[in-house]
Amino acid sequence: MSDGRDGTGRGGDHGVREMDPPRSPGVEPQAADPKDLRNMRERERDRERQVLDRIERVRRRGARVREDRVTLAHGAGGKATHTLIEAVFLESFRNPMLELLEDGAVADGLAFTTDAFVVTPLFFPGGDIGDLAVNGTVNDLAMCGARPRYLSAGFILEEGFPVADLRRVAASMAEAARAAGVWIVTGDTKVVERGKADGCYVTTSGIGTLDRPVRLSAASARPGDAVIVSGPIGEHGITVMLARGELDIEADLRSDTAPLNTLVDALLDACGGGTDGTGTGTGSGGNGGGAVRCLRDATRGGVATVVNEIAEASRVAVILDEDAVPVRPAVRGACELLGIDPLYVACEGRMVAVVAGDSADAALAALRSHPLGSEAAIIGRINDDPPGLVLLRTSFGGTRIVDLLVGDPLPRIC
Amino acid sequence: MCLGIPGEIVEILSDHPDLAMVDVCGVKRAINIGLLEGQLVVPGDWILIHVGFAMSKIDEVEARAALDFLESIGQAYEDEIAALRESTIGEG
Amino acid sequence: MRFVDEYRDAEKARTLAARIAALCEPGRDYKFMEVCGGHTHTIYKHGLEDYLPEAVTLVHGPGCPVCVIPMGRVDDAIHIAEQPDVIMTSFGDMMRVPGGNGSFLDAKARGADIRMVYSPLDALKIARKNPGRRVVFMAIGFETTAPSTAMTVLRAEAEGIGNFSVFCNHVTIIPAIKAILDSPDLRLDGFIGPGHVSTVIGCRPYGFVARAYGRPLVVAGFEPLDVLHTVYRILVQLSEGRSEVENQYARVVPWDGNPKALRVIGQVMELRPYFEWRGLGFISQSALRLTERYAAFDAERIFRIPGGRVADPKACQCGEVLKGVLKPWECKVFGTACTPETPIGTCMVSSEGACAAYYDFGRFSRERVKEATRR
Repeated sequence: MSDGRDGTGRGGDHGVREMDPPRSPGVEPQAADPKDLRNMRERERDRERQVLDRIERVRRRGARVREDRVTLAHGAGGKATHTLIEAVFLESFRNPMLELLEDGAVADGLAFTTDAFVVTPLFFPGGDIGDLAVNGTVNDLAMCGARPRYLSAGFILEEGFPVADLRRVAASMAEAARAAGVWIVTGDTKVVERGKADGCYVTTSGIGTLDRPVRLSAASARPGDAVIVSGPIGEHGITVMLARGELDIEADLRSDTAPLNTLVDALLDACGGGTDGTGTGTGSGGNGGGAVRCLRDATRGGVATVVNEIAEASRVAVILDEDAVPVRPAVRGACELLGIDPLYVACEGRMVAVVAGDSADAALAALRSHPLGSEAAIIGRINDDPPGLVLLRTSFGGTRIVDLLVGDPLPRIC
Repeated sequence: MCLGIPGEIVEILSDHPDLAMVDVCGVKRAINIGLLEGQLVVPGDWILIHVGFAMSKIDEVEARAALDFLESIGQAYEDEIAALRESTIGEG
Repeated sequence: MRFVDEYRDAEKARTLAARIAALCEPGRDYKFMEVCGGHTHTIYKHGLEDYLPEAVTLVHGPGCPVCVIPMGRVDDAIHIAEQPDVIMTSFGDMMRVPGGNGSFLDAKARGADIRMVYSPLDALKIARKNPGRRVVFMAIGFETTAPSTAMTVLRAEAEGIGNFSVFCNHVTIIPAIKAILDSPDLRLDGFIGPGHVSTVIGCRPYGFVARAYGRPLVVAGFEPLDVLHTVYRILVQLSEGRSEVENQYARVVPWDGNPKALRVIGQVMELRPYFEWRGLGFISQSALRLTERYAAFDAERIFRIPGGRVADPKACQCGEVLKGVLKPWECKVFGTACTPETPIGTCMVSSEGACAAYYDFGRFSRERVKEATRR
């Protein structure tokens, strides 16, 4: 049979062949003299260091999209997403405000942000697409240090989508807006043919007022700062994954979707942020008296993505302590079963805060005094070296890098 | 592909052949225990899960033995260090 | 987590590290190969190398079943996926493996229905739910996963699910280990033996390593303490002039393997005369296919696959990395043209690939990292 099953009858006369000889020079001979051994090891370390330097230079090169078509990886919030944003959108829209690539744009005493929601399924334990749509945008504004005020809501509905479901989504949005203290003041609705929108997509944009003269930025982290997370991670992403029902996994988990604006208020009241000079902690660097350097909500790509963005923007190292990162047992169990790292799983009601080292305790106390921050924890610190990298001290006592996500383990979770 | 996770059997599912409900840290999943045919499998047993199948029962005696060994070399090591210190002091 | 956390105990690790260092003969270097991709992953994920003395080097082997799939087979799979009404199902790791014309993810972007599953049973479920579609499961893995594929085929037969088939790319571990031992360029002192494969095949098949090649092989668990404990046991053997097969993972691995698992493999599958391994060339009796009896579930018989041989890109040195001859960073394109985002070879794609593990987790000067993370 020459149908190719046994590797016969195609392209050349490759019959059965054992391994090809290797192309490389192979292994160096054993050195007998301890001094030779040391020199050999030193030379190898040097060669390795040169390779790693070369890699760093390549990583610093500009972004280029190599694919012809968009893939799911471009939506994961990791490397591919960043590359797409920089190479396509930043390239086209280039302006100083966009280049900052923060959670929202800030100008004239206002903060402005937008977010799109494509979660499937639409309804899951702990919330639905409506909750995400309001809380997501409220949170992006809060991360800028702004008071969220007004939202817009755009709907793309699929022909055949039940009106009852739409009412549920609208009701959730109304309730979430009430809880966050915002109004939905304008919007738009479009309908597309069956098969073209998977039920319902929502986009929200939001405006907030910068009532505090704060200046929070991912570029403001300084060596000695503490990295704090406001609560256990990964609940939203895993909840949605399980809610898809494809995996036959049951767990007592709910999405952590929540508006973080009052939590942020509690933190900034206690510690101050950016240039407002209030609160405790002197900190260091160009932010004046405020101790809070940066706030980021850990959505797509999880905590790992957020701290990578901070490490890169501030050109500092983030050193995380694996034992200190709060993860609910059920999230951990599900992640182990699925082969996913909780650090990369999306949250929708958790934030990462970078605060001056000597204000860490005050920040923690302020967060813990609020119901949404009751399980806040210091998970790491900022170092000067190695710049742009996130390192993890593992529970085991070893160390490793936490890089930006490649590919997409959990598509469409927010 | 080597990904194997320990889980505890909480229920043998009577309506499905070869299926058991397994718990990992509070997360439950139905796992196929067909590869353990011939072995007695009851709730409370721990198994190794791999791509939805139970590959092997975890032998708790062996598990304990491995940990005991590691603890013992720790203790033995400390005893040695202590003995070494004492002998150096004795000589000094 | 029980049976997991205990094996991540840092204090026991420190003790073992001291013992390991004490066992190393001065002036001697040791090279141990961990065959399994899962071990490579563990070593880097937990920063295990921090506990090893400079004298001990861990060399990564070919036990990553995704890594050894040749580009031609990826193209064959994509060809199947692009047939009308086909739903191709696969483990997540396969999604970004580059074939001659892109990966599964690229084919998906072009319109193929390719879905990620966590178990072959999930694929069977999709077949049940979509009677009008032809569902194909991309079966990869060593003997660990082959029984699960076989059980799923048996279940499909029992339930009369006619729209389900398997594209079988299972490979076997012993020929790979033998190929490593026969490689002229590699001097290895011992093996950290495959863990989960051994739950199926047991420990006896490794006897030839100790007897014929005189190297200790210790079957190892996947928690970091398991791997350290294994290194310790290999060094003990070497210091006592022994070379034997031992089972460090006895809590999970039975010495005689899993008879039922071996039976179902034997029932549903047979050895191919030879099979191409990426980077290693053709190896005889090293892979499995479905038997004639199960032809109705064999995607290779149902779909006419091109079966072409695609040469690896010239720059790709996956072969040498898989054989342990090159360290990941020694590959000319590591980290520059070949990165996890833009992989040229399979070692950079799979979560168990040595290059991916090193790039994602270990890619930094260990001195600087230790310096930075000191408490």
